[in-house]
Amino acid sequence: MTTQEVRLCGLLLQEHFGNVVEKVGTHLIRSGVLTLRALAHETKLPLDLVKKSLCVLVQHGMCTFGAGRRGPAGPVEYRINCEHVFHMLRYPRYIYTAKSLYGDTGELIVEEILQRGHMTMSSTVKTVADRLTHNMPEGQSMDYSEVVSVFSQLVETHFLQRCPPLASAGSSSSGAVDTPLPVATQPTEPESHPDCYKLPYINLTGQLLQSKHSSHTKKLFSGQPLCGDDDGIYWQVNFQRFHLHFRDQAIISAVSCKLDQSSSEIVRTMLRMSEVTTPAHAAFTQALSANEIFRALLSSYNIARPILDQYLSLLVDDPMEFVGKTGDSGGGMYVVNLHRALANLARATLESVVQERFGSRSARIFRLLLRKRHLEQKQVEDFAMIPAKEAKDMLYKLLSENLVQLQEIPKTPDYAPSRTFYLYTVNQLPTARLLLQHCYKTVGNLIERRLYETKENKRLLEKSQRIEAILASLQATGAEAAQLTEVEEMITVPERQQLESLRHHINKLDSSENQVDETIFLLKSYINSTQASR
Amino acid sequence: MAGNRGRGRSQFTFNVDTLRFGRGDSLPTSAHTPSPLFPPMQFRPVPLHTGEEVDYMLALKQELRASSKNLPFHIKAARTKTDVARYSDKYQNGEPKYNCIEWSPDWSRMPKELCIKVQKTRKTGAKPQLTQKPKVAARKEEVLQKLETLEKREQEQHSEEEEDEEKKKQNEEEEEEPDEDYDEEELEDETDYIISYFDNGEDFGADSDDNMDEAVC
Repeated sequence: MTTQEVRLCGLLLQEHFGNVVEKVGTHLIRSGVLTLRALAHETKLPLDLVKKSLCVLVQHGMCTFGAGRRGPAGPVEYRINCEHVFHMLRYPRYIYTAKSLYGDTGELIVEEILQRGHMTMSSTVKTVADRLTHNMPEGQSMDYSEVVSVFSQLVETHFLQRCPPLASAGSSSSGAVDTPLPVATQPTEPESHPDCYKLPYINLTGQLLQSKHSSHTKKLFSGQPLCGDDDGIYWQVNFQRFHLHFRDQAIISAVSCKLDQSSSEIVRTMLRMSEVTTPAHAAFTQALSANEIFRALLSSYNIARPILDQYLSLLVDDPMEFVGKTGDSGGGMYVVNLHRALANLARATLESVVQERFGSRSARIFRLLLRKRHLEQKQVEDFAMIPAKEAKDMLYKLLSENLVQLQEIPKTPDYAPSRTFYLYTVNQLPTARLLLQHCYKTVGNLIERRLYETKENKRLLEKSQRIEAILASLQATGAEAAQLTEVEEMITVPERQQLESLRHHINKLDSSENQVDETIFLLKSYINSTQASR
Repeated sequence: MAGNRGRGRSQFTFNVDTLRFGRGDSLPTSAHTPSPLFPPMQFRPVPLHTGEEVDYMLALKQELRASSKNLPFHIKAARTKTDVARYSDKYQNGEPKYNCIEWSPDWSRMPKELCIKVQKTRKTGAKPQLTQKPKVAARKEEVLQKLETLEKREQEQHSEEEEDEEKKKQNEEEEEEPDEDYDEEELEDETDYIISYFDNGEDFGADSDDNMDEAVC
């Protein structure tokens, strides 16, 4: 784990779970694997606090445990899954995606499960139905069966999955043989369980009724209440599926930017058709024939068959290589080149970063080096059509920022500088990794700045919260307008302005975090895809 | 190396042309301090994305942050005692205890060594209502008792004994129900001081004026 990654993990844990969990978590990340006693001893926290923190982390799937180096007889060892901690940065995006696909119910289901780590189906349905009923006007209520149907849809499309079962030590639930704890280095993949996406049968007919008469909403059940038939079956969010969805979205939007709307619709159809057949880290989708694509196209797009063929040949000929042709049967067999699309998107990100930080001429040099691989300084000046002095400056600036590397090729065995070629080069993968670390550092800086701003204005924020509470209570008891204005005037005008600017700054910082996270996602997908294809 | 210094002093070992500066030119000044923390930017950053989607995700993020502070997963360390142990600490609200956990996880999915006692959630509905009536009666009795002691000095000793007996009974009730609201502590103690005497002043101005237990200066 790099320094920046550890720092970001610490900040995220502190934001969501408090200082204690942050201390335990960062120490565990730095040490790798530790037992409970060692962790308590090294962090100098009371043992019970450490136990509580580990419970929280295990509940959210960020910490895994297993039999340690001494085998099943020895103490249990814990390790933190850093990737899982980084997912906390992306929670709003997951929830928004669920909302756009499955409406408010889907949004609330995903939100509940994300906040609680993992939950049973019945408790999720009950909580979500309660929340929806509270937001509805008096008299209406949310039927459990509607929530159950949305839940089933989420499971069918693999957005939710069952938590993998543990071969738990000590409990004899698995029968006569006490199965030992799984080795800590090989976590059980949730997809390896055959029942991963099987819904349990729960008896859920009923709904929450709001009583119209009393001022407190008394909850009455009509029909049968929830019964816990599915105890022990926990559901968690399938982050990988969400990531595949985001990747598809990125490809489709890139196609629509580069070409046009209709071609993006064609690519969307192709991706939709190969959703379930393509494994997660595949380099390209399954081959689809043009006939199948035509049949699967929604009629609302209004694309005729010859037009479809033209679009497909356009997509194949495009230098971005989103779609490739693998055969001629069935009117032409086409695949979406996932890995190459990701690589191109990452390359576009790198180029835009250089352009925004160093100017368009430096970006031209950068693109040139990406395309031509190795160039001498003179050749760079000639190809980029930039005067020598400025080209030299820009190259050296990029070199000092580590975006461009220098490759020495000696002519003689002693590396005499006058008899050595010095070639400039850009390697996409290491540069992407460098930029990813920059992104982690950026998000860490943004979070720290936001905490600093909040701390600086703590007094003012508390005062405004108290005044809002007083206003709310006064309004509830029906005070006059004069009293309300009197209370509002307790905040002076300059204080109000200060509050407004503080809110503006915090919104900007939060929004920047979300946007940097999109870049992190793109670069990480590219790096993972490259590593998987090797 | 050292031997060549006299002979080829003004010769450079590499091709000077590639560096584009002649022999007579001054080299760029070396840096004496580390680079500035916030270097001036040559180009201004591109403005952030805007739109409905961006605003919604921003609102979601801030909501999640606020609500996660209220969940039982947010573990707060105990406040360290600042200077002296104060008498009022005895009457402060129960701080989070270390040895119990506020939510009930599925212990079968966790290693056995992490098992902690689950804190039973305080039922604020039913329990105090049941015990409120005898307490109210006890309170009234005690007030009457006190009036009697003031009026009838001759029977002072006798009524004090009665008070002690009642307080002992209340103490017994106390021990059976340790998780009660702290209002009971008013009755339990033998002091004449009332609770808000020990108030830190944090709630100053926020309490309603109907609280008759407010210490009047």
